[in-house]
This record gives sequence, structure tokens and C-alpha cells, in this order.
Amino acid sequence: MALEITAVRPDPALLDLPWALPLEHWPEEVLAALPRGISRHVVRFVRLSHRVLAVKEIKGDIAVREYHLLRNLGRLDLPCVEPFAVVRGRLDRAGEPLDACLVTRHLQFSLPYRALFSQTLRPGTAKRLIDALAVLLVRLHLAGFWWGDVSLSNTLFRRDAGAFSAYLVDAETGELHQRLTDGQREHDLDIARVNIAGELMDLEAGGLLEDSGDPVETSNRIVTRYGELWEELTALERFEGGDRWRVDARIRRLNELGFDVGELAISTDLDGTQIQIQPKVVDAGHHSRRLLRLTGLDVEENQARRLLNDLDSYRASQDRQNDDEELVAHDWLTSVYEPVTRAVPRELHGKLEPAEVFHEVLEHRWYLSERAGHDVPIEDAIADYVRTVLPGKPDEAAVLGVDTVEMPVVAMFPDGGAGP
Amino acid sequence: MATVKFDEASRIYPGNDKPSVDRLNIDIADGEFLVLVGPSGCGKSTSLRMLAGLEEVNDGKIWIGDRDVTNLSPKDRDVAMVFQNYALYPHMTVADNMGFALKIAGVEKSEIRKRVEEAAKILDLEPYLERKPKALSGGQRQRVAMGRAIVRSPQVFLMDEPLSNLDAKLRVQTRTQIASLQRRLGVTTVYVTHDQIEAMTMGDRVAVLKDGILQQCDTPRHMYDRPNNVFVAGFIGSPAMNLLEVKVVDGGVRLGNGTYPVGRDHLKEASGDSVTMGVRPEDLTLTSAGQGIPVVVDVVEELGADAYIYGTASDAKQHQDVDESGADLPERPFIARVDGRRPPQKGETVYLAPKEGHVHMFDSESGKRLGD
Ligand SMILES: Nc1ncnc2c1ncn2[C@@H]1O[C@H](COP(=O)(O)OP(=O)(O)OP(=O)(O)O)[C@@H](O)[C@H]1O
Ligand SMILES: Nc1ncnc2c1ncn2[C@@H]1O[C@H](COP(=O)(O)OP(=O)(O)OP(=O)(O)O)[C@@H](O)[C@H]1O
Ligand SMILES: [Mg+2]
Ligand SMILES: [Mg+2]
Repeated sequence: MALEITAVRPDPALLDLPWALPLEHWPEEVLAALPRGISRHVVRFVRLSHRVLAVKEIKGDIAVREYHLLRNLGRLDLPCVEPFAVVRGRLDRAGEPLDACLVTRHLQFSLPYRALFSQTLRPGTAKRLIDALAVLLVRLHLAGFWWGDVSLSNTLFRRDAGAFSAYLVDAETGELHQRLTDGQREHDLDIARVNIAGELMDLEAGGLLEDSGDPVETSNRIVTRYGELWEELTALERFEGGDRWRVDARIRRLNELGFDVGELAISTDLDGTQIQIQPKVVDAGHHSRRLLRLTGLDVEENQARRLLNDLDSYRASQDRQNDDEELVAHDWLTSVYEPVTRAVPRELHGKLEPAEVFHEVLEHRWYLSERAGHDVPIEDAIADYVRTVLPGKPDEAAVLGVDTVEMPVVAMFPDGGAGP
Repeated sequence: MATVKFDEASRIYPGNDKPSVDRLNIDIADGEFLVLVGPSGCGKSTSLRMLAGLEEVNDGKIWIGDRDVTNLSPKDRDVAMVFQNYALYPHMTVADNMGFALKIAGVEKSEIRKRVEEAAKILDLEPYLERKPKALSGGQRQRVAMGRAIVRSPQVFLMDEPLSNLDAKLRVQTRTQIASLQRRLGVTTVYVTHDQIEAMTMGDRVAVLKDGILQQCDTPRHMYDRPNNVFVAGFIGSPAMNLLEVKVVDGGVRLGNGTYPVGRDHLKEASGDSVTMGVRPEDLTLTSAGQGIPVVVDVVEELGADAYIYGTASDAKQHQDVDESGADLPERPFIARVDGRRPPQKGETVYLAPKEGHVHMFDSESGKRLGD
């Protein structure tokens, strides 16, 4: 059988990869040493035409299924890795068939949780990761996606203005439904809680988790955070006809959580004294969409919130409240944002994403100002940040040399004899 | 451990007009291994998910033991879905990998240890409990993962096509292992597969579903020997049973030029003047010209002691299978097992007669079995 590649836009360079070798044996010169989470399949990163791709060796039909599922999730605008190709029909040099490969684009500046824990961490990182995962899970569930294997390993994290945003990386067990039943959502949450606890216990056993509290307790946070968010996004709210302000208040709360309300059902009882509201369609990305519209910057939700706040203070400080918002935004971009991000020397570009650098510089200025007892100009803050802080950070566009783990579980009882 | 009961249980998905599972009734005994089998879309997974609490039950009830679980959430049902993607944690010992979920559930340390040791004994993992998973073979790792489900000692294990990502050889090996493990544990198990061979080799009983409707629930032996209707007759068994439309005549049914004797009891309930006759490939013998069903041989498959011939029954109308939408499926070949030392040649016409007492009669209209 000949090599068979399924892809939207197949890159001919794909053919140059050593498909006749088991992925495990691919030579170092094609590989990119990036950190990964725990996985049962062999996963490697390769450089190809100025891109980094993730290659996972897996049964053909499962690869195709995961490829299509990831494409569908992408179409629904859900945060997940982008599928690139499925390669089937591989044969080794002796003509024996090899498993297929699912190829996805490496998510830039993404961090597997194990890489985060091998750096020095601010306390509470585990909690912030779980908070990000809760947002992801709620978004997936709202779209009818049952994950089936929710875990920190199957999630990638990107820095997001001091917090994290989460992306789905492993859709192997997932199913896309019209809508999920409560039973399906609960099942996913239960899987999430057990997996997170296991992953934290494992870090603890490996001496990588300092003082982050009891893993079991920490893992419960996924349940509470998810519950709060789900409630706010979906619950029916009832109030007296005189309290109409509550409609607006609900929308604001949802915006604050980063969601836009696409459709809000409002109904009254027969005599019109009671009003009921319930969000029917909510879309994540309230702040990031607004920032994109105003400035063309495509960043994570909390980063967008941070940037928009800075834009607002810029507007106030320039006394331009009555000017067209887009014009002000353009000026802010060229006179505030870009000078900051441009101040990062080229060799430090791989450290952090520009929007995260901007966020950190604002934090740094605040910190310097507090220490100095007066406002420090942004220019000074940038210079100090680039000199003293940024060089000490790990390269996160491509983090190197971190413990990576593979735990292939080959088959049920292939070693015969000892089996029951 | 517990019994499981589907009691007129139905599921209609929102937006569908037809139930995906239609008034399902199955009583599963304590410790039984029940397999749900049927073609794609027949409602196997939906049935299992109804039992797991992942799918709503629109009508009817589901019982586990004497508890009505119809409206309970999955985690309150005391069932375990096995063989999802259990990860193994590299820094934790085998014992901790098996037992940590119990810790989350708040089980006492000594109790955890006890259950882990019991499970390790059953899984032949006792010597490895203090090792790290990296030091184990692939098969041992799989058993550790299995141990995670076992230590929970749920009332019921649920498995949905757990072998689907294994290759054919491992699948065969693994299914016997699972079946024997289940027998050792004695935990009531409901297992879903689309593969009738898997179903027949693993289950204490097999439930065949089609279009959301239970066709038959029986032991593999009984299902094979006495299929309830044409669908089960054609679905169970490999190679499949031959199904022919034959005319009812005095003293039996017409086969080729002759009459195959069938007792009046069998035929008196037939609704038309023809019936569907089923004969398994191994229940046919070669006879002389004019006596049995004339079959033109298309393919001969030699398997040593036996050979299978695949052909076209020239003088008999084959039963027509239809797909879900009612469209005709490709005609099945006529299949017979013959002596492997003297198989007929390709292109030859052979005459095949059913062995005495080895035919199945079905009503051509309803498809139901006639007589016993
Ligand atoms: N596109 C990608 N970008 C960045 N990292 C990736 C990408 N694809 C995979 N990875 C990394 O590889 C790891 C393993 O991938 P994945 O979870 O898909 O493998 P798996 O063998 O199916 O895992 P599991 O055992 O959970 O089924 C992930 O945890 C992630 O760290
Ligand atoms: N979430 C859903 N919404 C609507 N219809 C569904 C849904 N899930 C399943 N169905 C339909 O219900 C029927 C039974 O599906 P089910 O998945 O139970 O079948 P199955 O026997 O497990 O099939 P397979 O072997 O293909 O997995 C099918 O017709 C399917 O299209
Ligand atoms: Mg994974
Ligand atoms: Mg996976």
C-alpha cells in the first residue's frame, strides 16, 4: 500500500519525513525537543517548512476520527489544537505495516502542565490551571462536546495576563452531540476530578509539587469552578417586573466572565408581574473580540481585558472620551502598545508572546512605581523589564529540555503467560 | 454485585421521531456477562449509556439490584465504565496507580490497601506493587489500568467496544482474557460490540438489537441453534446461514426438483404459500443430481480438513436483506461446508441437501420463526 495523506492543504514537504521508521526511532535532526504531557501513544514534534508539527502514532481509523473531530471543534471556534494531516499506509523497510500518524500543528507558546511545574512557580499555579480548564470544559459542553478524557495532560495552557487559557489537545475519546445530558456533563467532570487528582499526586510523588495543598482538595476545584460558571451561563433567573435592571446586570456579569450573550430568552408570567430570563446562546471571547475589532490584535481573553483597560486609561488620560473609539485605539496601538512590544530585542522574542510581555511590563511598572513612591514612565519600566526580568525567563515559544513522559500501554495482555 | 433490569426502557433523541431504543426489556443475573450486539446504529451504545446514566431514559425504568436508578446521576449508580483511556502516572507506584481513585472517594487507607492487594492477586501483579509503571511490560501496564476499575468494586462493569483499537490478533487474545477475568471477579458485566463472533465467544448471554428493538436475548448456543427470526438467523454465525425463499407443498417444501420433508406443525402458521428456510453452511451435504439445491460454485475456500464453497443457488430464490432505509442489499452467496479433501471445482454445479432436522423455518412476511 502506498502512503496516503489526508489533509486540507497537504504540504509536499510532509513526504520527506521518515515515515518508514517507527516514530520512536525518528532521527534527532528532524525532531524538535518540546515538552509533552503524559501519553500512551508515541508523540514527537518535528520541524517542517518553518512550522512545528506534533506527530502522534495511532491506529488509522482512530487518527481519522480524531482529525475530523478536531476540525469540527475548530469550526465551532473552540480552543483546540489544529489538525494538519493524517498519514496512513505506512510500511517499514521490511514491508511490514506501521500505525498511522495524526499530525497537528504545534500550538505556539503553549505549555503542558508538567513543563509549568518544572519551573519555579508562583503559588496557586495548580489552581489557575484548573480555573482555565473549567472555562474550557464549560465551553466544550455548551457546544455539545463530551470529552471523555479530561485531564491536565490532555490540555495545553497559554499564559494569559497572569492567568492561563486552556486548549484541548487530545480528542481521541470525544464525541460531538447536539447537546449534552446532565449525566454526560457529570461524567466528564468526574473523570476530570479523578485525572487531575492523579496528575497532582504524581507531581507530588515526583517532588515537583511544593506546597500546593492537598491534591484531592485542589482537584475538587474543577467541580466547583465549573458549577459556578455553568450556573451563571445557563441558569434561569426570575424577578419582579419592577427589577428590569437585572436583565442588564446579568449581561454585564456574563461579559465580565468573558462571554457575549448571543440570545437571551425573556418571558413574563400571565399577568406580567414576574419576569424570567435565561441565556440561550453565549459566545466566549467578549474582550478578545472587541480588542480584535478595535486594534486587529488577536490575543487571549484576559490579555484582551488587560489591554482594553489600558486603552481606557489612555483614552481618559488623553481626554479623548468623545473621540471615535477606533481612532483612539489606533493611536494607543502605535504610541503605547507597539513601542512596548518593539522594545524587546529579537533574541528575546521566543520568551513570551507580545501581549504577555505588555501585560508583564504593566505589572512591572506598577511594582517599580510602588517601590519608588511615584509614577514611573512606561519607557523606564520597559527598559528595566527587558534588562532585568525578561532574560531570566525560559523560552516558551519552544521550551527545551523538560522531562517528558511516555507510558505506552500497548495492549491488554500481550505478554501472555502471566495473564489471568 | 447486583442484577440489572431494563424495564420497558426507551430513548428518543431530541429531533428524532423514532426511538433509538424501543421498550427494551432485559433481565441480567447477578454476575452475568451480557453482550449487546447488533449492526451499526441499532442502539447498543445508547442502551449501555442509559444504564450508565449518560443518556436520559424517556420511558420505562432501569434497575440495579433493587434500586430504581432511572433518574440517578452516573456516580450514584455504582457502575464503572471500563477501559477508557486510563493514564499511568510515572512517579507513583503500581499500588498507588491502582488505588488513588479510592483515596479521592474518601476510602480508608487500610481498606485501599486491602482492595489493591486483592486486585493485584487477580491480575498477577502482586510482585510489582511497589514498582513504578516504567518497570513493567505493556501487558502489565494494561492490567494496572484495569486494576483501577477493579478496586472500585462496582456493582456493574460497563464496556463499550473496548477492543476496537487493537489489531485483529490482539483482539482475539484479549477477549478471552477479559472474559476469564470477568468470571474470576464475578461482577455483573454489560459489554457492547458490533462483532457477533466476539459476542458469541464472550457472553453468558447475548442480546441482539436491530433498529432499537431487542430481537432475541439468549445463550450463544441457543441463539445459534434456535434463532427467533430471520434477522438473528442471518446475523449470528460465520459464515452466515443460508436463507432461501421456498414454496410450501404437500409434505414439506420444494427444494430443487424434489420435496424436502417438513412437519405440518412447522408450516401451519405460515402466512403465505412460501416460507423462508434457513440452513447453516455446515448442515448441508453433497447429494446426487436432482436431489438437493443446485448450486453453481463461484469460489472455493480451502481450510485443510474443510472447505467452504461460495456459490449461486440457481433454482432457489435467496432471501433479500434490506438496509435501514428498506433498500436491497447485495445478494448473499450460498455457502456450504464440504470435505476439504475432495472439494468441488470452481464453475461446477453441485447439489446440496440439508441434513435431517437441521433446517430453520421462518414466516416470509413477519420473519418470525415457525415451529421450534
Ligand atoms: N499540537 C500540539 N501542540 C503542542 N503539544 C502537543 C500537540 N499535540 C500533542 N502534544 C503534546 O503531546 C502530548 C500527548 O498527546 P496526546 O494527549 O494526543 O497523546 P495520547 O497518547 O493520545 O494521550 P492519552 O494517553 O491521554 O490518550 C500532549 O499532552 C501534549 O503535551
Ligand atoms: N446524540 C444523538 N442524537 C441523535 N441521534 C442519536 C444520538 N446518538 C445516537 N443517535 C442515533 O441513535 C441510533 C442508535 O445509536 P447508537 O450509538 O446507540 O448505535 P450503536 O448500535 O451503538 O451503533 P455503532 O455500532 O455505530 O456505535 C442511531 O440511529 C444514531 O444515529
Ligand atoms: Mg492524551
Ligand atoms: Mg488519547
